[in-house]
Amino acid sequence: MDKKIVLLKDTSIGAADKTKEYYSLILNLLRDQNLQDSVQVVRVADIGFYDQGLVLKILPGQVTYGRVQESDLLPVITETIQGNKVLDRLALEPNEKQLRIVLRNCGQIDPENFDDYIAADGYAALKKVITEYKPEQVIEQLKASGLRGRGGAGYPTWMKWNFARQVKAEQKYIVCNGDEGDPGAYMDRSVLEGDPHSVIEGMMIGAYAIGASQGYFYIRAEYPLAVERIQKAIAQAYEYGLLGKNILGTDFSFDVEIRLGAGAFVCGEETALLASIEGKRGTPQPRPPYPSIKGLWGKPTVINNVETLANIPVILLKGGAWFGKIGTEKSKGTKVFALTGKIKNSGLIEVPMGTTIRDIVYHIGGGMLASKGIKAVQTGGPSGGVIPKEFLDEPVDYENLQKLGSIMGSGGMIVMDEDDCLVDIAKFYLKFCVEESCGKCAPCRIGGFQMLSLLENITSGKGTASDLAKMRRIALAMQKASLCGLGQTASNPVLSTLKYFAAEYKSHIEDKKCVAGKCRYLLNYQIIPEKCKKCGLCLTNCVFGAITGNREQGYILDPAKCTKCGRCYEVCKFKAINKG
Amino acid sequence: MIPAKTKPISKETQSKLKKVGEYLETSPRLKDQQGQLMGALHYVQTLFGYLPQEAMEYISEKLSIPTAHIYGMATFYNYFSLQPKAKYQIYLCKGTACYVAGGARIQERLKEELKIGLGETTPDGMFGWNITRCLGCCGLSPVMQVNEDIYVRMVPEKIPAILEKYRRQDKKAAKVKEAGIGAFDHPGK
Repeated sequence: MDKKIVLLKDTSIGAADKTKEYYSLILNLLRDQNLQDSVQVVRVADIGFYDQGLVLKILPGQVTYGRVQESDLLPVITETIQGNKVLDRLALEPNEKQLRIVLRNCGQIDPENFDDYIAADGYAALKKVITEYKPEQVIEQLKASGLRGRGGAGYPTWMKWNFARQVKAEQKYIVCNGDEGDPGAYMDRSVLEGDPHSVIEGMMIGAYAIGASQGYFYIRAEYPLAVERIQKAIAQAYEYGLLGKNILGTDFSFDVEIRLGAGAFVCGEETALLASIEGKRGTPQPRPPYPSIKGLWGKPTVINNVETLANIPVILLKGGAWFGKIGTEKSKGTKVFALTGKIKNSGLIEVPMGTTIRDIVYHIGGGMLASKGIKAVQTGGPSGGVIPKEFLDEPVDYENLQKLGSIMGSGGMIVMDEDDCLVDIAKFYLKFCVEESCGKCAPCRIGGFQMLSLLENITSGKGTASDLAKMRRIALAMQKASLCGLGQTASNPVLSTLKYFAAEYKSHIEDKKCVAGKCRYLLNYQIIPEKCKKCGLCLTNCVFGAITGNREQGYILDPAKCTKCGRCYEVCKFKAINKG
Repeated sequence: MIPAKTKPISKETQSKLKKVGEYLETSPRLKDQQGQLMGALHYVQTLFGYLPQEAMEYISEKLSIPTAHIYGMATFYNYFSLQPKAKYQIYLCKGTACYVAGGARIQERLKEELKIGLGETTPDGMFGWNITRCLGCCGLSPVMQVNEDIYVRMVPEKIPAILEKYRRQDKKAAKVKEAGIGAFDHPGK
C-alpha cells in the first residue's frame, strides 16, 4: 500500500478546538491497526472548510470528510484508508472555487527535482511546439486562448509576440519580468520558487514563437531562494539538452541567463527594466518605440511577467480553445491573488476570471478576521484603487476593475475593515510611489511630492477645504503627463478613495476627526477616572512626561505634553484610557 | 559625494579586489562592458557587504566606465549601500498587509529604542534599520527581520526584548572568541 496522508483540522466555530485530541485518537487507532508507518497524520492550519466540525482530508485520493465523530474514526481507517472506499455519509462536497493553472505544480512537486516536473507533463508542451508547430501556429493558439499579460496592464500576449515576430532582426530577446516589487503581492516569487521549470518552458515557447535565441530572467535580489531555484532549474535544463544548441534535435537554439534587480520598484516597468539589464540607472524611456520593436540593445525584445509565462505551457498542451473557455468574455483564464489584510485565511489563491469579490473574501478567505465589518478591498497595489463593500458582488476581471476605479495589477488583494482609515491608506500608497519614483520626469517627481504633502496636512489636522480640488488637479496632471506607468497610476489610490470615501476626507478636514482612529494627530487621549484602577502603568510607560499623579490621587494626562504615541492606551489593562 | 582618497588600500581589500578582477574575467559577457556592471556591483556588495570607493574605482578602470556612472548606479538602487552594514541589520516590512496590521507603530518604537533614523547605524555598529517592501509573509504580519531571523506578528512591546537578545548574544560570542573556542560564523543565528 502506498503511503497515505491524513490532514485534519477542527473547524467548529465558537467551540473549543479539539484537533489535538482527535490527532492522538487517530494515532492510537492507527497503531492498533499497525498502520503507523504507512499513514502520516498532519494537523493543518487551514483545510478549506469552515464550520463543518472535525474535517479530515485523505491524500492521495482527495476525499474530504466533515462532522467526523469519534465513532467514525475506526470506519474511516478501515474502509477508506485500508479499503479505498468512500464513506458517502461523511463526504463533503468540494466547495473549491479555486482553479489552479499557474499554481498547478506549486506545492505538488519538488521544485528542485527535474523528474518531478517531467512527470507532471513538464516540457511536453515545448516538445510539441518545436517539433509540430510553426511559430505562427503558436501565436494562433495564444490568440485563441485570449491570454493577457498578468503584470498589470493586461495587454494581449499574442499581440506582443506577433509584433516582435514580424520585425526582421538577426538577434531578438525574451525577458521574464520577475521584479515583483508591489507591496503585498508575492505570486511571482511563489511560482519561481515552487515551479521554476514551468516559467523556463513558457519562456522557451515564447522564444520559439518570436525567433529569439537569448532569454533573460530579471529577478529581484530580495528573492534569493527564487534566484537559486531558477539557477538550478536552468542548469538541469542544460544538462538534459533542453537548453543550448539544437534543442531536441531541431534547429531551435536558446540560451538563458539571470540578471538580478537591485531594489528599485520602477524597474518593473519594461523600459526601466531593460535599462537596468544594460547596466544603467533604471529610468523609463518614452514609448513608442515599444520594446517589441526596439528593446534590449536596440533589438526586438518581448517582456513577459512570470505568471504569464507559467500559463503558456498549459495553453499549448491543452489548446488555446480550452483556455478561452475559462473566465469572462474579455478576460480569459485564471488570476492568482495574494489575499491578505483583515481576513481569516490569507495566502495565495487562484480563481477563474469573473469570480466575485464576495466569493473570494467569504468563501476562499473564510470571512473577516474580527467581528468588525468589511469596509473595502484594495486591489492592484500602489497603482490600484479601493473597492467599497457595495461592490462586493462585482466579478473580478480587467475591465470591471477598471470601471470601478481600480486595476487588476499584479494581484495584491487587501481586505480592510472599519478600523482602517482610507485617507491613511491612500497616503501609504502615495508615499510608496513618491519614494520609488525615479525622478526623471517632473509630473511624477513634483506632483507626487506635492500631493503627499497635502495628504500629510489632511491627516494631521491642517487640511483645508480647497485641498481636495488641488489634489484632483495634480492627479490629472500626473495621469496625463507622466512618462511611465508609475507616475500615471500613482494617483489612483487617492482618486478612488476620494470617489468612494469623500465623507471620510471631509471629516478629517472639517471636523478634524479620524473615525477609524488611525491618524494619530487627530486623536485625543484621556484617562477615564471611573475605570482607572490607579496601577500607574501608564505613568511608567509615558516617556514624554504627559502623565502625572500618584497611586493615591490617580493620574492625569496633560494634552499639551501628549505626543499621541498611544503607548498608554496599549498598556492599560482596564481600558481606562479613551481614544478619540 | 565621495571624499578624496586618503588612506592606502589595506591588504584585505586588495585581496578582495583581486577576486573582483577574477569575477570580471570569468563572468559571462553581456553585449558591452556596461552590461557587466550590474553583476559586478552585486558581486562587490556580497563580498564586502557594501560598495567601497576602492572597489568602484577598480571596476571603473577594468570596464572603462566613468566612476560618476558607477556612483550613479550605486545610489539609484536601494540594494547597494555605500556604508558598511551594521552587525545586526533590522528590516521592517512595510508592505501593505504589515502596514494595515500596525507596522507604523513598530517603526516608531524601534526608532525610539535605537535612537537612530532610517538607514543609519548605531554608533557602536551593532544595529541598523531599514524598511523593506514585502517579505512575502503577509499572513503573519507585521513582520520584522533581523539578519536572517524573521519575527512575525510583531507588537511594539516585543522590540526591547528582541534587541536585548542580540546584545546578549553578541556579548556571549565575544567571550567565546576571547576564550579562543572559535567564533560564531553567523552572529544572527
